[in-house]
Amino acid sequence: MSLSREDVQHVASLARLGMDDAEIANMQEQLSSILGHIDVLSELDTDAISPTAQVIALSNVFRADEPGESFTQEQALQNAPASHNGFFAVAAVLGGDEGGSA
Amino acid sequence: MSLPDDLTLLTAAESRVALDNREISSVELTNAYLSRIEKVEPHIHAYLHLMTDMALSQANSADQRIESGDVSDLTGIPIALKDILCTTDAPTTAASKILEGYMSPYDATVVARLREQGAVFLGKTNTDEFAMGSSTENSAFGPTINPWGENRVPGGSSGGSAASVAAREATISLGSDTGGSIRQPAGFCSVVGLKPTYGRVSRFGLLPFASSLDQIGPFARTVEDAAIMLRSISGRDKMDSTSAPIDVPSFTEKFGADLKGVKIGVAKEYSVEGMEPGVDAAVKAALKQLEDLGAELIEVSLPHTEYALATYYITAPAEASANLARYDGVRFGNRIEGDDLIDTYKRTRGQGFGPEVKRRIMLGTYALSSGYYDAYYVKAQKVRTLIKQDFDAAFEQVDAIVAPTSPTVAFELGSRTNDPYAMYLADVFTIPANMAGIPGVSVPAGFSDGMPVGLQLLGKAFDESTLLGIAHAYEQAAGFYKELAEV
Repeated sequence: MSLSREDVQHVASLARLGMDDAEIANMQEQLSSILGHIDVLSELDTDAISPTAQVIALSNVFRADEPGESFTQEQALQNAPASHNGFFAVAAVLGGDEGGSA
Repeated sequence: MSLPDDLTLLTAAESRVALDNREISSVELTNAYLSRIEKVEPHIHAYLHLMTDMALSQANSADQRIESGDVSDLTGIPIALKDILCTTDAPTTAASKILEGYMSPYDATVVARLREQGAVFLGKTNTDEFAMGSSTENSAFGPTINPWGENRVPGGSSGGSAASVAAREATISLGSDTGGSIRQPAGFCSVVGLKPTYGRVSRFGLLPFASSLDQIGPFARTVEDAAIMLRSISGRDKMDSTSAPIDVPSFTEKFGADLKGVKIGVAKEYSVEGMEPGVDAAVKAALKQLEDLGAELIEVSLPHTEYALATYYITAPAEASANLARYDGVRFGNRIEGDDLIDTYKRTRGQGFGPEVKRRIMLGTYALSSGYYDAYYVKAQKVRTLIKQDFDAAFEQVDAIVAPTSPTVAFELGSRTNDPYAMYLADVFTIPANMAGIPGVSVPAGFSDGMPVGLQLLGKAFDESTLLGIAHAYEQAAGFYKELAEV
C-alpha cells in the first residue's frame, strides 16, 4: 500500500495537523511502509468473523441521572489558553470574511 | 529483621513491617529516597517532576496515622506515578509539549485511592509522549536511561516508572500498558511489571491513548509488592463504566512454595526470527525452573499471534486519533494562534505533538477515513476476535501461558528511532494480551550479556491471583530479583 502526497495532505487536514513539506514527505514514506506491514492481515479470511470492539462482559452500564458535584467555573477554566467573562475564548467561528473557513 | 543502612533497599512489604514496628518513620524512608534521587537522577532521568515538598508533608501525615494505628498497605510508602496520571498537586504532561504546565483540576481514581491510603508521592515519571513508544525516547523532555547500561533505553512507554524502581528511586511505581508499556520496560530493567485484566483498574484520570486497550498497573521489585499495589488500586469506580464490578482479592492468596498441579502453556508462536540467543536461553532455563517447581508444561497454539502487531497498529492509532482530538488549544494546553480557528487547531497540534504521536494520529485517521474503514478498522476488529479466541481455547487447557517479554534485551539509545516499524517489533510478544484483555506480568529471568531478560506470564481474565502465584514461586526460586542495578 502506497500513499500519494495528496492522500497524506488530505489525512493531515482531516486530523487538523499542520505539517510542512518535509514532514509531509517523511510521513508519506513512513506511513506507506507501515501500511505495507499491516497488509499481512489480508491473508486472513474474516468474512464469517464478527468484529470485537472491546473485551469486557459489560454492556449498557446505567446510572441514575442525578445532579452531582462538578467543577467550579474557575477550575474548568484554570488551564484555558484564553478566557473571557467566564467562557473559553476562541477566534470567531461564524460571520465576517475571515471566519468559518471550515 | 535487621535494617539495611540504605532504606531504599527495603521492599514495600518490608517497609510496612519496619514502619508499623516503629523501627523507621515514613519521613526517614522518604528522605532516603530523596537522597537516592538526588544522587542517581542526573544519570537516569526517571522523573519529569519531583514532588519533594508534597512527599515530605505526606510522610509526616503518614507517620501521624501510623502513630494512631490508622494504617493501610501503602501508608507512608514512597511511590512514583507515570506522568500520564492526573494529579492536582503536580503537572500532568504525558511528556508532551502540548500539555506543558497543565495542572489537572482532579486526581485520577488510582491517585485518589493511594492518597486515601496515605501513600507518599515522590514525583511524576517520564514516558514516551502520550504513552506512544517502546523506548521513552519519544518524550518531549529527553529520554530516560536504563539503570543497567548507560547507552541503553529503559523500554517504554513507562520507561521512567520502570527505571525509578530499578534504580531504587521509588519503592513501587505506576505505569500504563496499552501494548506492553508496563511489561516490556519491566523486562528491560529487571523489575516486576504487571498489566492487570482490562477493567480491573479504573482508567478515570489516565490520559487516554487507546481506550479499549489501556490499563494501569504497577512496577515493583517483587511480585508481592506488585500484588500489594494491585489490590490498592483495583475495583469498580463509578467514574469509569468499563471498570468491572468484581471483588478484589488480596492477590497473594495463591503464593506458595511449589507449583504442583499447575498447568503452564508454552506457545510455539512466541519464538520468532531475530530472537536474541541470550533471551532464548534465559527463557528455556525459566521453563526448566517452572518444571522443577512441579508445574506441568503443555504445548499450546496461538495461531494468530503473528497478526497481532498489525491488528494493534490499526486499532490503537484509530482509537488514539479520536482520543487526541481533544488537544485543540481551546480548553487546555498550549495554543499557537493562526489566521482563523481551523488554522489555530492545525498550528497548535502540528507544533505541540511530536513525530510519533503525529504518525499514529495520521495512521488512525487514515484507517477510519471514508473508503478505508472496512478494509482496515473493521478488518482489525475481526482479527482481534480471532486473537481472543486463540487465548480462550488455550486457557481451556492451561492455567497460564509463558513467553519471553521481548525478543531482545534493551537496545541502544537512538538505534531504532529512524525506523518506526523496528521500534514496534519490541512489543510483538506483549500486544496480544492487550488485544484479548487478559492480565500479564513480566518477572526478572536473568541476563543476556549483562542486560536483563524478562519472563512473561499471561493469565485468564480476572485471575491475577493464579498468575501472581506462579510468578511469585518462580521469582523466589530463580532469585534474580535480588540482583540490583549498580547506579
